[in-house]
Amino acid sequence: MTGALLTIITDNWWDIRDLSNLSGAIRDLVSDAGGPGWLVYVVAGLLGAAGIVTFVGVTAIINIWIERRVVGRMQSRLGPNRPGPVGLLQPLADAIKLMQKEVLQPKLADALVFTAAPIAFTVPGIAVLAVVPWGRNMTLASLDAGIVFIFAMSSLAALAVFIGGYGSNNKYALFGSMRVIAMLVTYEIPIVMSLLGIAMFAGTMNLDGIVRFQEDHWLFLIMLQPLAFVIYFMSSSAELNRTPADLAEAESEIAGGYHVEYSGMKFGLYYAAELINCVTVSAIIATLFLGGWWAYKLDEIVPGWMIYIGKVYAVYFLFIWTRGTLPRFRIDQLLAFAWKWMTPMALVNVLMVAAEVLIWEETGWSAGVLLPIYVVLNNALALALIVAWVRVFAPRFERFPDRPRFYSTIDVPSLPAVAPVQPGTQSQ
Amino acid sequence: MPIKSEPVEVNIGPQHPSTHGVFRMVARIDGERVTDVKMVVGYLHRSMEKLAEERTYTQNIPFTDRMDYLAAMTGNLGYCLSVEKLAGIDVPERAQYLRTMFSELQRVASHCMATGAFINDCGAWQTPVMYTFRDREKVLDLFEMTCGARITTNYMRIGGVAFDIPDEFLPALDWLVNDDLPARFEELENLIVGNEIILMRSRDVGVVTPEMAINASLSGPMLRSAGIAWDIRKADPYCVYDRMNFEIPVGYNGDSYDRMVIRIEEMKQSLRIIRQCMAELPDGPHKVDVPLALRPPAGEAYSRVESPKGELGFYVVSDGGPAPYRWHVRAPSLINLSVLPQMTIGQSIADAIVTLGSIDINVGEVDR
Repeated sequence: MTGALLTIITDNWWDIRDLSNLSGAIRDLVSDAGGPGWLVYVVAGLLGAAGIVTFVGVTAIINIWIERRVVGRMQSRLGPNRPGPVGLLQPLADAIKLMQKEVLQPKLADALVFTAAPIAFTVPGIAVLAVVPWGRNMTLASLDAGIVFIFAMSSLAALAVFIGGYGSNNKYALFGSMRVIAMLVTYEIPIVMSLLGIAMFAGTMNLDGIVRFQEDHWLFLIMLQPLAFVIYFMSSSAELNRTPADLAEAESEIAGGYHVEYSGMKFGLYYAAELINCVTVSAIIATLFLGGWWAYKLDEIVPGWMIYIGKVYAVYFLFIWTRGTLPRFRIDQLLAFAWKWMTPMALVNVLMVAAEVLIWEETGWSAGVLLPIYVVLNNALALALIVAWVRVFAPRFERFPDRPRFYSTIDVPSLPAVAPVQPGTQSQ
Repeated sequence: MPIKSEPVEVNIGPQHPSTHGVFRMVARIDGERVTDVKMVVGYLHRSMEKLAEERTYTQNIPFTDRMDYLAAMTGNLGYCLSVEKLAGIDVPERAQYLRTMFSELQRVASHCMATGAFINDCGAWQTPVMYTFRDREKVLDLFEMTCGARITTNYMRIGGVAFDIPDEFLPALDWLVNDDLPARFEELENLIVGNEIILMRSRDVGVVTPEMAINASLSGPMLRSAGIAWDIRKADPYCVYDRMNFEIPVGYNGDSYDRMVIRIEEMKQSLRIIRQCMAELPDGPHKVDVPLALRPPAGEAYSRVESPKGELGFYVVSDGGPAPYRWHVRAPSLINLSVLPQMTIGQSIADAIVTLGSIDINVGEVDR
C-alpha cells in the first residue's frame, strides 16, 4: 500500500499538468486493492472536494492580503506591511484577532437563523466551484445543467444574507436584508439573460462543454459576447455586494447592514465568504468568457489549472479595482439601472444570438467564416448600445450648470419676504 | 394595491460611521424614505463658554482649537480678533499677513477633509478620502514646521502670532501652492466632479433655497450654494483680505453637489490668496507684546471670520478683569445644521447621509 503510494508520487510528481493523474492513480490503487466500485467513486469525490476546499481556504486567506494591498495602492497608501514579509501574515493576525473576540448575539435574535446564516452564506460559493473545470479532465462534477446550478447557488447566497439580517433583530440589518432581496429579484434576470447567450452559442449548459467550444473555435467567448460580459460583470457585482452596489452593507449609510450584529468568527465567516464568493464569480467569468483553462497554445506549456487560476485572479482584480474607485448607487438608482438598461440590453443580446445561431444552423456555413463576422458584429453592437446609453439615455443634468459662478463682490439677491416658519414643520 | 409599511424610528448616531463625530439623528423612516428627523446634539458638550469665564484671555485660545478641530487656525484668529477689538490692540503688518496665509491654508486643509468625507458618505470606499487626506497632510506639515502642532495649533496670539515662520517654510509653501496642490486639485476634479455616480447621488439632494438659507442664517458654502454671494472676507474684511484679489464661487441650486464643487473652487481661491500673501509678505515683528494677564477695558466686542464652515463669530464681554465676563461663540456648524430636517425629510435614508455629509459639520464646534 505505502509502496504503491510512493510509486504514484515518485512516478508522477513532475506531472503537474493534470492533477487528475494523481487522483486517477489513487482511484486505480483503490480498485486494484479490491475495493468495491462505489468506494472508488467516493474516494474520487472526496479527493476533489478536499482539493476545492483547500483551494477555497487558501484563497480566502491570500485574498485578504491581496485585496488590502491592492486597494491600499489605489488609495495611495501602503496597506498592511508589518506582520511578516510585506504584510503576508496579516490574514493570520486578522484570523487570530477574530477568533479571540467574543461572539455576541442579540438577546432577541433568532438563535438558529443567526448562527446558520454565515454558514449558509459560505456554502454556495464553494459549491459552485465543484462544477467549473479546473483543467482538462479536472472537473469534480461535470453537470449537464452546470449553468442552472450556478444560478441556483448564487441566489442562495443572497438568501443567506437575508436570513442573517432578518434574524439579528436590528433595524440596520433589516434595511440591509430588504435591499438584498430587492437586488436579488432585480439582478437575477440580467444574470440569467446574459448567460443565456453563452449557452445558445455553445449549445450546452455543461461548463466543460463551453470551454471545449471555445477551444474548438479558437476564441474566447468574451469576444463573441462582450455585452453579456459587461452585463454579467455589473450584475454579479451587485449580487456580490461590492461597490458600486454594496448597498446591503453600505458602511456609510446603514453601518454594515446585514452583518452589523455579527462579531468574532461569525463575522469572520461573512468576511471570508464574501471573498470566496467573489472568487467564485471570477471563476465563472473566467470559465464562460475567458476560455477557462484553455489559452490558445499556452495550455500545452503551462498546466491548465495554473492558467485558470491566473484568469480567475485577473477578473478578481477587476472587482478590486471597481471597489477601490467607484462611489455607491442609491437603491432606486441601482434597481432602475437594472430594469431600464441591463434587462433590455440582455434581451437585445439574446435576440441577436438567437438570430446568429439560427443563421449558422440554417445555412450550414463553417464556423471559421461565420464566427469572425459575429465577433465584429457583436462588438459593434455592444459598443453602439453602450455609447447610445451614455449619449442618449444617461441621466442629464443640463439644467444644472456644473461650474459655479464667481463673484468678486458681495451680491445678495433681493428676496421676497420670508414667511414665518409654521410651528410643527420644524422638528423639536 | 398600495403596499402598507410601518414607519420605524432609527438612531443614526451617535455611534455611526457617517455622523462626523457624535451627532445623533433620530430618523423616522418609512421604507427607505425619511419622514421625520429629530436632531440630538450635546454629546461632545465641554462647556467651553463657561470654562472661559474662569481663565485669562490668553488661556482661552486653546479652547478655540478644540472647537472646530479641523480648522483650528480660523478659530484662533476669530477669538484673537475679538479680544484685540476689545482691548484696542494693533497687530503688526507681518502678523496680519501670516494670519491671512495660515487661515487660508487651514481652509484648504478643512475643505480637503470635507470633500473627502463627503464622497465617502456617497459610498466611495475610502479612496477619495485618502487622496484628500494626503493633500491635507502636506498642509499640516507646514503647520508643524511653524508652530510644532498639526491639529490643535494654538498659533494665533492676542497681538500677533506665536512664532515667526522658519526659513525653510516659504520654499516648502511655494512648492505646495504652485506645484503640488494645483495638480492635486485638478486630479480631484477629474476623478470626482464629472463622475456620473456622484452626480446621481448628490444632484438635487439636500436642496437649500435662498429663502431658507437667509431665514436660518446659514453661512459659508451652505449659503453660497444657494446662489448668494456672501463671504465675510469680502463683506467685513479682517486682516489683509481687503488687499487680496479673489472671487467667491457661488452655486446655482443649493444641492449637495454644488456645495462640494464650491469647496473645491474655494480651495483654488485660497491658493490665490496665499500666493499674493507670499509675494507681499513684509518684514517686521510678528507680534506685539501683550501682558499675559490682559485686562481689557470694560465693554463688549464681536468679531467674525469666514471659517471653512461659515461665519465664525466670537462675542466677548469684559468687566475689566483678567477673564472674560461672558464669552459666546457663533458656531457656523450648529447654525448650518439647523436646516437638516427641512433638507432631509422626504428623501431616502441614503440621501440623508449625503446631505449631512455635505453640510460639513464638526461636532466639536456644534456642541462646544
